Amino acid sequence: MANQNSVDVAVMRSMLSRARGLGSAKSGTAHWWAQRVTAIALVPLALWFVATIIQLSHQPRAAVLHWGAHPLNAALLLAMLVALLHHMQLGLVVVIEDYVHTARTRLMTILAVKAITALLLFASLISVVRLAVSF
Amino acid sequence: MSDVREALMVGRGSTGKQVRRPLSPHLQVYRLPLTAKLSILHRITGVGLAVGVLMLVCWLVAAATSDGAYAAVSGFLRSPIGYLLLFGWTVALWYHFCNGLRHLGWDFGHGLELDQARRSNMFVLAGTAALTVLTWLIGLAAQ
Repeated sequence: MANQNSVDVAVMRSMLSRARGLGSAKSGTAHWWAQRVTAIALVPLALWFVATIIQLSHQPRAAVLHWGAHPLNAALLLAMLVALLHHMQLGLVVVIEDYVHTARTRLMTILAVKAITALLLFASLISVVRLAVSF
Repeated sequence: MSDVREALMVGRGSTGKQVRRPLSPHLQVYRLPLTAKLSILHRITGVGLAVGVLMLVCWLVAAATSDGAYAAVSGFLRSPIGYLLLFGWTVALWYHFCNGLRHLGWDFGHGLELDQARRSNMFVLAGTAALTVLTWLIGLAAQ
């Protein structure tokens, strides 16, 4: 007779799907991980950007154009915008998932956030490129 | 029911039958400890900063567009409302920054004990205040 404390269960699911992190959330840790990676990237980038903005805040547009024309500034700006907008979108999606309980509204709101973020990204990237080639 | 606390003891068991039992901390009767207040503040500042991102993109697009567009955006930012918004975003940014660093520390398993979390509360608040004052002192001195 079998040990009373053990139960024989035929698991009809390969361990691979568990190993890939697909639990009850239906997705893995990619979202959580990307949130952390962008956060770490934003630590130096945010410090750099605030320091830059302080210097530019009292200057005319010509100074902004001159600043943006430097390839290093443009590259850092592109890096910051990609990290910032991705981090923003990931955070907003978590907030929506937590507070919007109707499946339909939740999906619509998340799609709206993603669409707006994509447009903001394209608008800001094209602006950086335009600043970079303006001189 | 004698008062509101009684109403908050009403739950349903797994069979759907009404039962009297304490429910999870309810915002109207539960005084949140500072750690919990700072936790929700991370979200609130994050959402506020997302609005700030809209302003940032407007500023960039205006800078890339024309003198007129840039003058309009920087004119708005130099108005009293603009200054108030910029100050709010500065506080929100440094709070989210300091508390975000604390979150990264927690992710690595550091400072998870209650007394350590209470101490880091103070570091986050002091850091936010110091960085905000520093940012505006340098910013206003540069004008």
